[in-house]
Amino acid sequence: MEIKVLGPGCAKCNKTEKLIREVINETLADATVEKITDMMQIASHGVFATPSVIIDNQVKCTGKVPKKEEIKKWLGR
Amino acid sequence: MESKSNIVNKKTRVRFNFITTFFLGAVAIYLWWIIYQRLPAFASWTTYFLLALKEGSHLGASLEFFFYDTPKVMMLLFLVVFGVGILRSFFTPEKTRAFLSGKSELAGNVLAALLGIITPFCSCSAVPLFIGFVTAGVPLGVTFSFLIAAPMVNEIALGLLYGLLGWKIAAIYAGTGLFIAVFAGWVIGRLKLEGQIEDWVGKTHGAAIEMEEEKLYFSDRIIYGWEAVKEIIGRVWIYVILGIAVGAGIHGFVPEGVMASIMGKDSWWSVPLSIVIGVPMYSNAAGIIPVVEALLGKGAALGTVLAFMMSVIALSLPEMVILRKVLKPKLIAVFITVVASGILLVGYLFNIII
Repeated sequence: MEIKVLGPGCAKCNKTEKLIREVINETLADATVEKITDMMQIASHGVFATPSVIIDNQVKCTGKVPKKEEIKKWLGR
Repeated sequence: MESKSNIVNKKTRVRFNFITTFFLGAVAIYLWWIIYQRLPAFASWTTYFLLALKEGSHLGASLEFFFYDTPKVMMLLFLVVFGVGILRSFFTPEKTRAFLSGKSELAGNVLAALLGIITPFCSCSAVPLFIGFVTAGVPLGVTFSFLIAAPMVNEIALGLLYGLLGWKIAAIYAGTGLFIAVFAGWVIGRLKLEGQIEDWVGKTHGAAIEMEEEKLYFSDRIIYGWEAVKEIIGRVWIYVILGIAVGAGIHGFVPEGVMASIMGKDSWWSVPLSIVIGVPMYSNAAGIIPVVEALLGKGAALGTVLAFMMSVIALSLPEMVILRKVLKPKLIAVFITVVASGILLVGYLFNIII
């Protein structure tokens, strides 16, 4: 699975990335995490509220820090 | 890799029915009110009994102010942030954008300014939001109305102003803040500056993304409000305390009326000067409003103080640096000039009226 976290690097964005990494470590999910901070790239994904999470090119959430349970659900755990 | 457990992770929602929710809410507000009423007594007891300071001393006056204002402001912030949090759970940037795209100018500016207050978005998303709005056909001026109102008229500023200076000043601030957002956005729209947006913005496709919307129960909205309280108060409490400490120092040690000569209404230059000082200052509403309260108490004029507060909150250098990524220098200059003119107008207006 290819996970992208979109955000310019504010506290909420960093927290989102950290949570996702935690869930991956806990559940041993097979996924890569990429952080996208460049404004042009964020915009080109059609997202305009950060932090956003995109998994395999599907937007999962925008504008909020997701809950751990939500992340687990996305990862199919 | 297969998960060991096949247990479906069913989301367990906390659900109360409406009657329970309102009953608990009423009890909570009643308790809040009782504690709130006791705060002046608590402050004077702490200062003059517990710390045994002499009544009428400078230090005593400062500390009593501090022990009264800190819990008062925190309690008010709690209530306002919680309430606005619940309100915000009904809005998303996506819905706001869909609503604003293709709106006519003046009506669009007014709606955008109002939606700027209640649409949840983090100030660090200003650039993606700008792109998302403009590429989806929200007029440039309307987008600016949104971006100006969002930081200026916010629940933190309103909660603090209400708590420290009363509902009249809070209402004046909200009204004039909205006016500036509408006015500045409208002027920017009229100036036809669409060519001053960086070229790459137009090339990004702003296709609306499809996302299934979660059904929220009322108890989810309460949780949303509670999350907002934790997030916002966790972030601003230190500024509130520092601001009140500075305010308390001014309150106890600066002589009455000394501000009248510097920030009073008789000196015409005080309004522009306070804007010039305010723009490079980067503080949030939480830190600046307790200081403003103390300044007002020492004879500063309301219009001057409003202008100072607005320029600190609404125009900041870090924000300009971020916006520079999508706006050409000319548009940034126009943005600053128009907003500053609006603030100037408000400052003079209130110095004349009051």
